[in-house]
Amino acid sequence: MSELLELTAARAAECVRAGELSPAEIFSAYRERAEADDLGAFLWLPEEPPRPAAATTSADPPLGGVPLAVKDIFCVEGAPTTAGSRILDGYRPPYTATPVERLAAAGAPMLGKTNMDEFAMGSSNENSAYMPVRNPWSPDRVPGGSSGGSAAAVAAGLAPWSIGTDTGGSIRQPASLCGLVGLKPTYGAVSRYGMIAFASSLDQCGPITRDVTDAALLLRHLVAGRRDPCDSTSVDFPEEIELPSSHDLGGLRVGVVPELSEAATIDAGVKAVFDAALERIEELGGGVEEISLPHSEHGLSAYYVLAPAEASANLSRYDGVRFGLRSGDGDLLSLYERTRAEGFGDEVKRRIMLGTYALSSGYYEAYYGRAQRVRTKIAEDFRAAFERVDLVVTPTSPSVAFRLGERTADPMAMYMSDYCTVPMSLAGLPAVSIPAGLSEDLPVGLQITGPAFTENRILAAAHALERAFGFDSSPARRPAAAAPGR
Amino acid sequence: MTTVTTTPTERAYEPVIGLEIHVQLRTQTKMFCGCALSFGDDPNTHTCPVCLGHPGTLPVPNAEAIHFALMIGLALECELAPRSIFHRKNYFYPDLPKGYQISQFDIPLWRSGRLGDVRVHRVHLEEDAAKLVHAGSSGRIHGAEASVVDFNRGGTPLVEIVTEPDLSSSEQAGEWLRLLRATLKRLGVSDVNMDEGSLRCDANVSIRPVGTATLGTKTELKNMNSFRFLERGIAAEVARQEELLRGGGEVEQETLHFDPRTGGLSALRSKEESHDYRYFPEPDLVPLAPTQAMIDRARTALPELPGARAQRLERELGLPGDVARLLAFRSELGDFYESALSADGATDPHTLASWVTVELVARLGDVDPAESPVAPEALAELVRLISARSVSGSAAKEVLDAMVADGGRPEAIVVERGLGLAGAGELDAVVDRAIEANPDAAEKVRAGTAKAMGAIVGAVMRETKGRADGGEVQRMVRERLGLG
Ligand SMILES: [Zn+2]
Repeated sequence: MSELLELTAARAAECVRAGELSPAEIFSAYRERAEADDLGAFLWLPEEPPRPAAATTSADPPLGGVPLAVKDIFCVEGAPTTAGSRILDGYRPPYTATPVERLAAAGAPMLGKTNMDEFAMGSSNENSAYMPVRNPWSPDRVPGGSSGGSAAAVAAGLAPWSIGTDTGGSIRQPASLCGLVGLKPTYGAVSRYGMIAFASSLDQCGPITRDVTDAALLLRHLVAGRRDPCDSTSVDFPEEIELPSSHDLGGLRVGVVPELSEAATIDAGVKAVFDAALERIEELGGGVEEISLPHSEHGLSAYYVLAPAEASANLSRYDGVRFGLRSGDGDLLSLYERTRAEGFGDEVKRRIMLGTYALSSGYYEAYYGRAQRVRTKIAEDFRAAFERVDLVVTPTSPSVAFRLGERTADPMAMYMSDYCTVPMSLAGLPAVSIPAGLSEDLPVGLQITGPAFTENRILAAAHALERAFGFDSSPARRPAAAAPGR
Repeated sequence: MTTVTTTPTERAYEPVIGLEIHVQLRTQTKMFCGCALSFGDDPNTHTCPVCLGHPGTLPVPNAEAIHFALMIGLALECELAPRSIFHRKNYFYPDLPKGYQISQFDIPLWRSGRLGDVRVHRVHLEEDAAKLVHAGSSGRIHGAEASVVDFNRGGTPLVEIVTEPDLSSSEQAGEWLRLLRATLKRLGVSDVNMDEGSLRCDANVSIRPVGTATLGTKTELKNMNSFRFLERGIAAEVARQEELLRGGGEVEQETLHFDPRTGGLSALRSKEESHDYRYFPEPDLVPLAPTQAMIDRARTALPELPGARAQRLERELGLPGDVARLLAFRSELGDFYESALSADGATDPHTLASWVTVELVARLGDVDPAESPVAPEALAELVRLISARSVSGSAAKEVLDAMVADGGRPEAIVVERGLGLAGAGELDAVVDRAIEANPDAAEKVRAGTAKAMGAIVGAVMRETKGRADGGEVQRMVRERLGLG
């Protein structure tokens, strides 16, 4: 098994295609490890890999049958799908999400459903209605959120790779805290069909993987060369996603944003790793220059108006009438009130109230309208910046993985986790987090952003830096003290 | 200018009425999913994860619904928004599976149009709610023993048309709604059936002293699911408001429910329940920006509309306005009429129009004459026989009865049934006998009482079973009585 653990998913897929490994072998090995999960990473594991629709089955699928951990926010026909919420306890969707469908068709069957913050609202995975998730690097610490289960599963070697969703940082921040690669694609690049909505104008599906090549490979098949007719906001990606091979950053102009990287909220240890990363960028032939995103410091405020506003409407369908939890005494009002009171957790209720308030008559302009204008300003800031530089880098998370319970009593402290990731979400831009080093023996992520649809450019740079950083994300070589299973 | 002081009791008021119409489009599929529209099918057989509001589902706009909405806006001479926006209208109700309705709000597809003499404020696209069925006596969700939801209707494409408050009587409102209905029917975009709910009309009603320009407080009237109820409901509300104001009271802004059984109006929801819909742009949809090709396609699909057709029939054929409107508003009658007219160029347009709108309608009711056994060219032939005095008016009605029952050509029916006009030779003897049998009447006619002629002509008609031409009989009677 430890040999298998050494392999990245792309390498494992190559072994399958070379006849050195069988898909069944890989599936059962990971199934066994996932079964023994004591991090709380998985919410559900099927007995067997679900078979993709016959029409899409190929004898030699490009993803080689290497199984995929799927965040429990994706609907899979017949499989329990909860989005980490009690209100969807027992719900089994009648259809399968496009991203899961596409990856299964390309040869990555679902290994299981991973734990998450309820409806993707959270930065620590402590908002899961089922159980918190532990960070494989240090089990008394959080894995980040909301895709914490997906990140923990890959970091602990319970899954070869995974998909998550990112609204304000929910792929990038857990990837950063777990020492993994996490990519949030350009808004519209990947179909949202079948992905349970948190904030529709921000949500994107993306990979959380052990290395940049795995991320590129999953992205290639998520994009699949065509938009999804079931998602009106999805677009045709203008080019093929390449598997990155760059070893340097020759000629790339890389922007650094003092408003983000020098903010008081950034921990000194994180800043040190970030500064070292800037030196590496220059060593690899990149030019580092300071740029300004003057409105980015208002990103978090705008985000915490817009995302809850959309969420307040997206979560109205959980009313006890058609699916999921139903409570009440037979009267319509009590059906609504009791179902939602019992079904939703505190953070979800908090955001529904925030969003409902922000959209209320008389407050709409002051909150929602203003937040939309900030969003436009941030997008303009990025447009201006990308006239001068090719990429922008920031720390991904202001801190390394924090302790379980450390921020649960202080929502504002928790919200600060997304400080550096939210501006890119608001602007709809692609951004990847890659592990850049350690602080306090815990991983620190570097975030790389580019203009819309420059995933190839971002992944190429990430690939070159990944080689230069030499970060070891193989669970098999994780220091024994930090290994899971104690 | 003189100011006349009047007390509220004697002041004259005028109603100011605007209409809000919902039209279910007759598309193949629903507004945002691939489910077929349903008409009276078993409950919940036309549903899918999207129209049931399952987690993770997304709306995809129906191109045919957009096409129909473009046709409607063009027909109503509106101004197109280059990019209109879908919004979410939020409220909780079991007939609304997502907890919001996708509708349009501050930027509707169309604005500022006109139909006849009424200005159209806006036209927008949205989705219909599902249907709630309440068990128990109340018929409403409150107090029902149980309520069930049929999601077949949920997600049906709707076009909402809002007029400016340009109507000033219940009759005018009814008349205008008939014009709108005829127009939509002609466009072929909807069944426009008020009983079945494919055409629904709410009215905003206020009154103001005649001669003033400020609008009074308006009330909104709902549940008027026929033209008669619409007119009765508005009339009742106008009367109620007048009585209120005359009594020194004030009209309160509220939504009223019209009860067709009692003719009464009751408040539908109280102020405490009034909704804040928290509209915001639907993030699952991109702005609707019709291309020139889409607009051209909608324009090409426009048929001649009833308003224009009525004007043409009046202008080109000289038909009376009400006859022209009837032919235009019931376009199936107009189509039948025009096809009969073109079948026989010699047919008199006026006589033909009256035989279509009076005699044929009396026999067929609401049935489309194209689906009756009567062929348009056969009716044209009948009208020609009448004009040529080859058959009397009453005999022609009998011929039409036969045509409605079994089809056939009028000339053949006339011969077969001996309904041809009695010839002069046959009539001579009959007229002589009628004068002999009615000496008193004959005397009165001689003395100048023209009315008395009726008895003699009647006797002739009875004997010929109506096959005589009335005018010819009168001429013969006068001749015999020396009044030549
Ligand atoms: Zn449907």
